[in-house]
Amino acid sequence: MTATGIGAPVRRKEDHRYITGQGRYTDDINRPGQAHAYFLRSPHAHAAIRGIDTAAARAMPGVIGIFTGDDLAADKVGGLICGWMIHNKDGSPMRAGAHPALAQGKVRYVGDHVAVIIAETLAQARDASEAVIVDYEVLPAVVYTASAAGTETVIHAEAPDNTVYNWHLGNKDETERAFREAAHVTRLDIVNNRLVPNPMEPRAAVGDYDQGEGAFTLYTTSQNPHVARLVLSAFIGIAPENKLRVIAPDVGGGFGSKIFIYAEETVCVWAAKKVGRPVKWNSDRTEAFLADAHGRDHVTHAELATNAEGRITGLRVKTTANLGAYLSTFSSSVPTYLYAPLLSGSYDIPAIYAEVDAVYTNTAPVDAYRGAGRPEATFVVERLVEVAARELGRDPAKFRMQNYVRKFPHQTPVIMMYDTGNYAASMKKALEIIDYKGFGKRKRESARNGKLRGIGFSSYIEACGIAPSAAVGSLGAGVGLWESAEVRVNPVGTVEVLTGSHSHGQGHETTFAQLVSDRLGIPIENVSIVHGDTDKVQMGMGTYGSRSGAVGMSAIFKAVDKVIAKGKKVAAYVLEADEADIDFADGHFSVKGTDRKLDFGSCALQAYVAHKFSGQDLEPGLKEGAFYDPTNFTFPAGVHICELEIDPDTGVTKIQRWAAVDDFGVVINPMIVEGQVHGGIAQGVGQALLEGAKYNSDGQLVTASFMDYCMPRADDLPSFDVGMTVTPCPSNPLGIKGCGEAGAIAAPPAVINAITDALGHEDIAMPATPQAVWRAAQKSVRRQAAE
Amino acid sequence: MYAFNYHRPATARQAAGLLSKKEDAKLLAGGHTLLPTMKQRLASPAHLVDLAGCADLKGITRKGRTIVIGAMTTHAEVAASAEVREAIPGLAWLASHIGDPHVRHRGTIGGSVANNDPAADYPAACLALGATIVTNTRKIEADAFFTGLYETALEEGEIITRIVFPLASRAAYAKFRNPASRYALVGVFVAKRGPEVRVAVTGAGEGGVFRWAEGEAALRNRFAPKSLDGLKASADGINSDMHADAEYRAHLIGVMAKEAVARATGK
Amino acid sequence: MATVSMTVNGKAVTGVIDPRTLLVQFLRENLRLTGTHVGCDTSQCGACVVHVDGVAVKSCTALAISLEGAEVTTIEGLATDGRLHPMQEAFREHHGLQCGYCTPGMIMAAVDIVNRRGNDLDEKTIREDLDGNICRCTGYHNIVKAIAAGATAMAGGSAADREPPRQAAE
Repeated sequence: MTATGIGAPVRRKEDHRYITGQGRYTDDINRPGQAHAYFLRSPHAHAAIRGIDTAAARAMPGVIGIFTGDDLAADKVGGLICGWMIHNKDGSPMRAGAHPALAQGKVRYVGDHVAVIIAETLAQARDASEAVIVDYEVLPAVVYTASAAGTETVIHAEAPDNTVYNWHLGNKDETERAFREAAHVTRLDIVNNRLVPNPMEPRAAVGDYDQGEGAFTLYTTSQNPHVARLVLSAFIGIAPENKLRVIAPDVGGGFGSKIFIYAEETVCVWAAKKVGRPVKWNSDRTEAFLADAHGRDHVTHAELATNAEGRITGLRVKTTANLGAYLSTFSSSVPTYLYAPLLSGSYDIPAIYAEVDAVYTNTAPVDAYRGAGRPEATFVVERLVEVAARELGRDPAKFRMQNYVRKFPHQTPVIMMYDTGNYAASMKKALEIIDYKGFGKRKRESARNGKLRGIGFSSYIEACGIAPSAAVGSLGAGVGLWESAEVRVNPVGTVEVLTGSHSHGQGHETTFAQLVSDRLGIPIENVSIVHGDTDKVQMGMGTYGSRSGAVGMSAIFKAVDKVIAKGKKVAAYVLEADEADIDFADGHFSVKGTDRKLDFGSCALQAYVAHKFSGQDLEPGLKEGAFYDPTNFTFPAGVHICELEIDPDTGVTKIQRWAAVDDFGVVINPMIVEGQVHGGIAQGVGQALLEGAKYNSDGQLVTASFMDYCMPRADDLPSFDVGMTVTPCPSNPLGIKGCGEAGAIAAPPAVINAITDALGHEDIAMPATPQAVWRAAQKSVRRQAAE
Repeated sequence: MYAFNYHRPATARQAAGLLSKKEDAKLLAGGHTLLPTMKQRLASPAHLVDLAGCADLKGITRKGRTIVIGAMTTHAEVAASAEVREAIPGLAWLASHIGDPHVRHRGTIGGSVANNDPAADYPAACLALGATIVTNTRKIEADAFFTGLYETALEEGEIITRIVFPLASRAAYAKFRNPASRYALVGVFVAKRGPEVRVAVTGAGEGGVFRWAEGEAALRNRFAPKSLDGLKASADGINSDMHADAEYRAHLIGVMAKEAVARATGK
Repeated sequence: MATVSMTVNGKAVTGVIDPRTLLVQFLRENLRLTGTHVGCDTSQCGACVVHVDGVAVKSCTALAISLEGAEVTTIEGLATDGRLHPMQEAFREHHGLQCGYCTPGMIMAAVDIVNRRGNDLDEKTIREDLDGNICRCTGYHNIVKAIAAGATAMAGGSAADREPPRQAAE
C-alpha cells in the first residue's frame, strides 16, 4: 500500500476549500439580474382551494410575477412523479394521486405549495405573499399512520381508502406453519418514529434561462443531478434534455432528502423563462421541516418463532407505512423492496412473510432517509431477536451466533442472495472491544451510584450497491441503477475522472482519486474528480443507498481498465513490441522480459501526438468511458454494541461506550469510512433518543424548528470505538460493499436494546426522551419493589 | 423581517426619549429573543431603539452588600466577572450556562429580565436573590416585577438600567435543559440569606417564574439536599408541552432544587 | 437605507443597507463572503458563527447596522499570508468535516473555545462548549479530536500530536 493508494487514510483533497470558506454551495451562486422566489404554503393540512386572489399582491413593490397551479397547467408542466411502481397483492398497480408542483384545487399538507411570488428581493416576495388572498374550505385532516385507512376523509380521489397499496413478500404458508409448530413465539408492537433528515444546508435552487440558446440551467442541491434532469425533462416537460443543464455544486449533506425532485426546484427553473430573469429560491429551516421529504414512520406488529433448540424458524410482520400526502420520487420502494428483503437480518430464517400497507396522510411526503427501509427492518429484527433471547433466558450474543447465516451464498425467503460474510467474527470482535465480560461489574458499580446500566446489541445487515438494473426493473423501478464513469487522460498524463456519482460530504474527490492514482501509478494530485454537472458528465444515477463505492467506483475501475488496455496498444507501437507482451504496473508500460518501458505520462503524450502509429491502425487519444451494472446487491453487515446508563431520577440516558465492528468489504480510505460510521451512528442515536417529527391532530407540524425537533449535539454523544472485519464482496471488481448508511441502520436497536436491558422491561418507544425514560424507569422501580 | 426605522441613542436617557416619542417602538438589547421573533415575522416594530451604544447601561460593580449589573451587560461578562464570581458564584454559574457560548457573547441581562420568557434563567436568580430591577424612572422589587408569562411590571417607555442583587450566604442554580432548544425545561435557583430561604423556579410555571413555598419551608429548617427528600412539587399550574408534561416537570423541580442546594452547600 | 462601516478580515468596509440586514446577509450578499452559512432560523445551528470584536457570535442574530465600528473576522480571514490557521489544519488532519457546510462556523467556534478556555482541552469541555453548533455529518467524533489537536497546535504544538482523553457523553 502506498501513502495515497487503496487502503490509505489519505487526507481529503476537497477540504481546503471548505475550511477556508471557499466552498461553492447553491446559495453562494448568484446570476446577473436574478430575482427571488418565495413560496406561499398551505397553513392547513387539508383544504379545498375555492379561489386565489393575487391582485393586491401583484401591486406590491418589487413584485415581478405571481404564479399558481393554473399557470403551470396552462404551460403543460407535468406533475411530480413517483418512479417505482408497486403492485398490490392482487396484482393491480398502486394508487398514485396526482402531485402538481403548485396546488390545483386542493392542498394536502401544511407546507404544500399554493403559489410562488417572484420579486426583486426575497423580503419583497415575502411581503407580497402576505397580500395573496386564498379562499380555503378547510377539510378534516388525516394525520395518523395506523388509522389513515379507516377514516372517511379521502385525500386523493384515486385512493378511496387512503391506501397506496397492500403489498406482501415471502412464503406465507411456510411461515404460518412455522408459527403453528413453534416452541415459543415472541411478539412486539413497534413504531418506527418519523424523522426529518435535516442536512445542514437547506435545499436551494437557481433557475436560469438563456433566450439565445433556448436552454435552461438549474443549479440545485441534488444528490443526483442527472436523475433530476431526466425527470424534469421527460416527465415534467420543462425542456428536452439537450436544452436543460442541471448543476449540483457543493452540496451540504443530503441523507436521502436531496435525491428527490421537488416542487420548488421545478418551479424555479420553469419560472426563469416565464419572467425572463434568473430565479433563486433558498429554503429556510422551517420550510425544510415542512416540505423536505421525511423518513421512516412505520407502525408494525412483528412476531418471531423459535423451536425447542432455540433456533429461529419463522418471522412475520404486518407493517403500515405512512407515505404522506403525495408519493415522493422513490417513496413507494422504501417500505417494500428496501424493507422486507432485509427481514432475514444476519440470520438463517427459513420462513418469512411480510405484509405492508402504505397509506396517504395529510403530512409531508415520506421517502428515503439514510438507510431507507433497512433501518426499519433492522429495528424489527434486532428488537425481536433481543427480546426472544431474553424470553428464552439466553445470552443475546450467543443466541444471535447460534442463528447466524454461516454458509454462503445464502438464499433468504425474501429475495436476497447473501454473497459473503462472517457475522460471528464481527460479533467476537465487538464483544472484545466493549469488554462484555466486564459488563456485570460495571452494572453493579452503576447500581451503587443509583444508576441503571444496560447493554444492547444490533447485528445488522443491509443491502447496498443499489442495484442490478434488470432486477430492480422487474421489481417496478422506473430506472436502471448502474453507474457511469469517464476517464480522460490529458496529453501530459494528468487525469480527469467524470463520474455519475455525486459527493455531498462523502469525500469522492479523494477516494475516487485514490483508486485511479493507485491503478494508474500516478500521483494523486494528478487526478481530478468531476461530478455534479450534466453538461460535463454525460449520464449518471447519483449517490444514495451506499452505492458510490460499490457501483460508482466499479464503473471507474472498468474505465481505467479500458485506459490501460488502450495504453498498452500505444505502448506496443512506441516500444516496438507485440501488444500481448506489454505489461502495466506501477505507472509503467513495459515489455515482458526486457527493461524497455514507457511511463504513463509519456504514453499519454504518445497517444495524443500519434507519431508512432497510424490513425488507421489505432485511434489517437486516451479517453475511455464505462457503464457498470452490478450483478448483485452488496451486503455490508456488522455488530454494534451500545452500553449506557440511565439516571432514574431524571430519565437522562448517557451512552457510555459504543463498539462498532463493520464488514464493508475492501476499504479504500479507512479515515473516510470511519467518519461515515460515526455520522451514521449519530443519526441512529438521534432517532433512538432525541428525534421525532410530531403532527398534532389538525395536521400542524409541531416540531418545525430546531427549538422543538431535537438534533443530536456534541454533548449528546460519546466517542465511538470503531473496528472492522473484511470479507471482500465477490460481485464487484473492487470487493467493496458500502458504508454510508450502516451506522444509521445499526444504531437504533442497539440503543433501545440497551435501554430495555437497563429498565428490565420492553415498554419504551423511540425517541426515548428523558421524560419517556423517566416514566419507564418509575415502572421498573415499582416492579422491582413488587418483586 | 419587516422593515423598521433604526435608532442608536448614546445614553439611556436618549433611549427613553425615543421610546416615548416614536409610535410602536421597541428596544433592542442583545437581540437574541427579539431578532429571531422579528425574523419569523411574529413582531413588527416600526422603530427599533438599539441600546448597544448606551455605555451607561454596561458594567458590573460591587456596592456594599450588593452586586450591581448594568442592563446591557452580556451573559459572558457576568459569567467571567471576578466580582460576581466572588460575591455570588451561583449567579456567575447561571450566566455561564445560558444558551451557548455565542449567545452569551450577545445576550444581555436586561433583555432577559425585561422579556420574562418562561424558560429564561435570570428571572429565577432575580426572584430567589430578591433583586431590585432599576429602571429609568423607579426601582421595582423582583417579587413585584415578574407578573406573568412574558409580562412584567414595566410601563410603556420604561427602560431597565441595572439590576441590583443583594449578596446571599448561599446561592446556586441548577437546570434541566429542554433537549431540543436547550432552554430551561426546569430551572431552580436557591438562595439563603440569614434565616431566609428562597427557591425560585423557572421554565415550569404556566405563569412564568415562581417561588416554591414548600421547598422554601423545608430548606428553612435545614439548608441541605436531604431536607427535600420525598418532597414533591405540585403539578397544578405547571406547564405541559410535548417535551415534558406537568407531572414530569413538577418532579424535576424537586430534583433540580436538590441539585442546586447541593451545589450551594458544596455537597 | 442606512450606512454602516466596520472592519472585516482586517479591511475597512462600508455598506449602504436596509436596517433589517443581518450581519450574515451583509457578509454574504454585500461583501460576497459566502463562507459564512445559514443553517437555521432560530439561532441554534451555529453555521453562521463569526468573530465580532474577538468573540464568537451568531451572525444570523445580529443586525449589521448595530455593529458600526466593529472588528469582524470570518472564516475567510482566519488564514494568514496563505498559511492555514492551526485549527483549520487540525480539521483537515483529523477529518473533522464531511459536507463542509457547518465547518466555517465550527472552526470559528473552536478558535473561540481555545481563546476562552486555553490550549489544553478535555473532551467534556469541548463537547459542552459545542452546544451552539450542530453538525449532521460527522457525529462530532472527529470534530472533538480536531479541536483538541488544534488547541494544542495554537499553543505551538503540532496538530497531529494528541487526542483528547476519552469519556462518555454528558
